[in-house]
Amino acid sequence: MVLFWILAVLTIAGALTTVLHRNPVYSALALVFTLFQVAIIFLALDAFLVAFLQVIVYAGAIVVLFLFVIMLLAVEPEEPLAGQLPLRISAGILCLLLVIELATLSTLPGISNMAEPMPEGFGQTAAVARQLFSAYMLPFELTSVLLLVAVVGAVVMARRKAS
Amino acid sequence: MEVIFTLVKVIVAFVIMLQMVLVLLWVERKGSALIQDRVGANRANIFGGLLPFNLGIVNTFMADPLKGFHKEDIVPADADKFLHWLAPIVGIIPLFLTFAVVPFGDVLILGDYTINLQAAETGVGILLILAMVSMGVYGVVLGGWASNSRYSMLGGVRGTAQMISYEVSMGLAIVAVVLTYGTLDMQEIARAQGELMWGVIPAWGVFYQPLALVILFIAGMAESKRAPFDLPEAESELVAGFYTEYSGSKQLVFMMADFVEIAIVAALVTTFFFGGWQVPYLYQDGFQFPGGWQVYVPSLLVTLMQIVAFLLKLFFFCWVQILVRWSLPRVRYDQLMDLGWKRLLPLGLANVVITAILILALQGFTV
Repeated sequence: MVLFWILAVLTIAGALTTVLHRNPVYSALALVFTLFQVAIIFLALDAFLVAFLQVIVYAGAIVVLFLFVIMLLAVEPEEPLAGQLPLRISAGILCLLLVIELATLSTLPGISNMAEPMPEGFGQTAAVARQLFSAYMLPFELTSVLLLVAVVGAVVMARRKAS
Repeated sequence: MEVIFTLVKVIVAFVIMLQMVLVLLWVERKGSALIQDRVGANRANIFGGLLPFNLGIVNTFMADPLKGFHKEDIVPADADKFLHWLAPIVGIIPLFLTFAVVPFGDVLILGDYTINLQAAETGVGILLILAMVSMGVYGVVLGGWASNSRYSMLGGVRGTAQMISYEVSMGLAIVAVVLTYGTLDMQEIARAQGELMWGVIPAWGVFYQPLALVILFIAGMAESKRAPFDLPEAESELVAGFYTEYSGSKQLVFMMADFVEIAIVAALVTTFFFGGWQVPYLYQDGFQFPGGWQVYVPSLLVTLMQIVAFLLKLFFFCWVQILVRWSLPRVRYDQLMDLGWKRLLPLGLANVVITAILILALQGFTV
């Protein structure tokens, strides 16, 4: 429990840095830090597979691409724009609503009673794979089609610019 | 007791790797001299002749790092100071973690205790290696960006693109190996290679997955950013690429990361394709040669032989990489990308599909 609170504080600190830092490179790095903390929370829950996949996919590939784009475009630290106040206020209200919603949800009986022990092998590679390829077969395959569409789209756009 | 064993295992795994770095530093300097018909580093005499004998290679082991750590640490005026400092650290720490899951022997039997010679038994060790190797790219990205220099930037961008590209092929080669052995634990894979094919040939991965070996080795060399894939640091074009603006101990750390990557590739090749710590025909109770001939070997000696066998194989594949580095010229950038995306990736995909079909066929297509 102590471990969880330490990790939770670090995760939220990382997430806040991601959003609040003016320099996009630091934001991306704070995001990596946050993702790492979430991976460690997974590790603490014995979900080794999910933890390492989190690091490989998000920290190791996606944020690297973010950084790559930031570097290529030489994005400068952001200056606060004038006339953003209404946007900021509405974003704040929406965030507050989300927090209230999550807090309410976590007190619902179905969720707060999750303390019962997990089934044998929960979170292990074989268990995740069995679920993925039986119960969630269709969504899983559809996701890969979606990714394929994105790849083809990227290639088409790159080609058009070249010609 | 368990805690002490784990602690000792962690220290041993860490020391093996640090040792590899030092030895490789020397092998690289002397080895390149051998290849180029030079004498190489021979002027290291740390105690200034106070000792009656020359410490030989130990001098070079110590002289290079000591020299590096005493150099002035120069940070460019326009650099991002914090990230400039952070880059070498995030570049090397993930790589240090990888050896935690590499098995360096079967089990050590000490009285009542049976110790598994693998520092971290997570069951998904291969994923940990992939995750940590993919984190290593941050050292390159940050080093290139934070230095605020054109050369560093170009090196960083090249390095990032190269490492992301070859990670895919590397992953696919490993997927084929995982399919063959049906586990993500490197110790299990090493154990499975102790069996025999037709009672004679050791069932090493190289006989099952020769194509995966080639892909993993090439992709691994590209991951470690060394010639012929050293475009991120190409001396003749970019001075030193992403670590142009680094000096002293920070530059040394970047060099260390290179050597650790060599050691990781060698460890992967050894464990996946050449039996890891396996000595052919050697089992826990001695040699059992084909034809029923047996030689008893005490258990402790068996474990010792396994560790020595693992280290020898590890050194051999490190040496092969250094040999390749000093023999081949650098590839062009388009050749690099062609090799990664148009050759290795389709080959890796085909290998995975064929392996999967063969395994299904051997099971008689029953799921």
